[in-house]
Amino acid sequence: MSERKTIDLTGMRCPGPIVQLNAEIRQITQGAELEALSDDPAFELDAKAWCRRTGHELLALASADGIVRARIRRRA
Amino acid sequence: MIEPSSAVGSSADVQSSELHRHIAYRLEALEQEVARLSGRNGLTVCVFSGDLDRLIAAFSIANGAAACGLRVCMFFTFWGTTLLRRPRVASRGKRLVERMLGWLLPAGPHAVRLSRLDLGGLGRRMILAEMRRKGVPDLAALMEMAKNTGVEILACGMSMELMGIRAGELIDYPGLRVCGAAQFADMAAEGNVTLFV
Repeated sequence: MSERKTIDLTGMRCPGPIVQLNAEIRQITQGAELEALSDDPAFELDAKAWCRRTGHELLALASADGIVRARIRRRA
Repeated sequence: MIEPSSAVGSSADVQSSELHRHIAYRLEALEQEVARLSGRNGLTVCVFSGDLDRLIAAFSIANGAAACGLRVCMFFTFWGTTLLRRPRVASRGKRLVERMLGWLLPAGPHAVRLSRLDLGGLGRRMILAEMRRKGVPDLAALMEMAKNTGVEILACGMSMELMGIRAGELIDYPGLRVCGAAQFADMAAEGNVTLFV
């Protein structure tokens, strides 16, 4: 369960990061974690909403120095 | 091989918690499927406008919604249908008025204009340069993205007829269909959100 992949979404703007996140989550196994980094100011709220909509679990969401870091566990 | 009873107990616990997690996953997947089938999870966009800025907004929302698991359908009507035209298509077999419309109207994502500040293409080039610099996807990129996120595209048959756009002039887009108001209404009724752009 310690499997974790990190993806760099910096430089991408809406809806790029969310679309990319959605494509990447399909590449990992159920229960595995994905960490996404983004400098899109919309990403913090969008990552939350995306998790709510898709049912994936948002484990952590932190913002520092203009970079939002979201840790997500793949469900179903 | 005989294991100590405590080890047997803990492995049973692990199995039970794995089973519990598995059932939780399956339940959630089922709930999502039910939501999808009952049509409570769909976005329908009626794209009337042929303006670059409005089209960018429509495709950004459509892609974002599709990535969030909504079933997304875009119905292109009136000026919107011009986006679905391939550029530089021979106008043989068309009437004079249809040919004129073909010349006057834009064709494809690189020809459409801004609704404001287009300034004969100058403002458009400025905005597009800013979008590139800031990593904002342009209209052509959004249309490619829509193919991958599974956004469905419908073209209004009446608008195509009116503007002399033949089926053969339409862009290559997976599953693109020509339809009318009834199909649009059906899609809208199946979803729970409808936008008019």
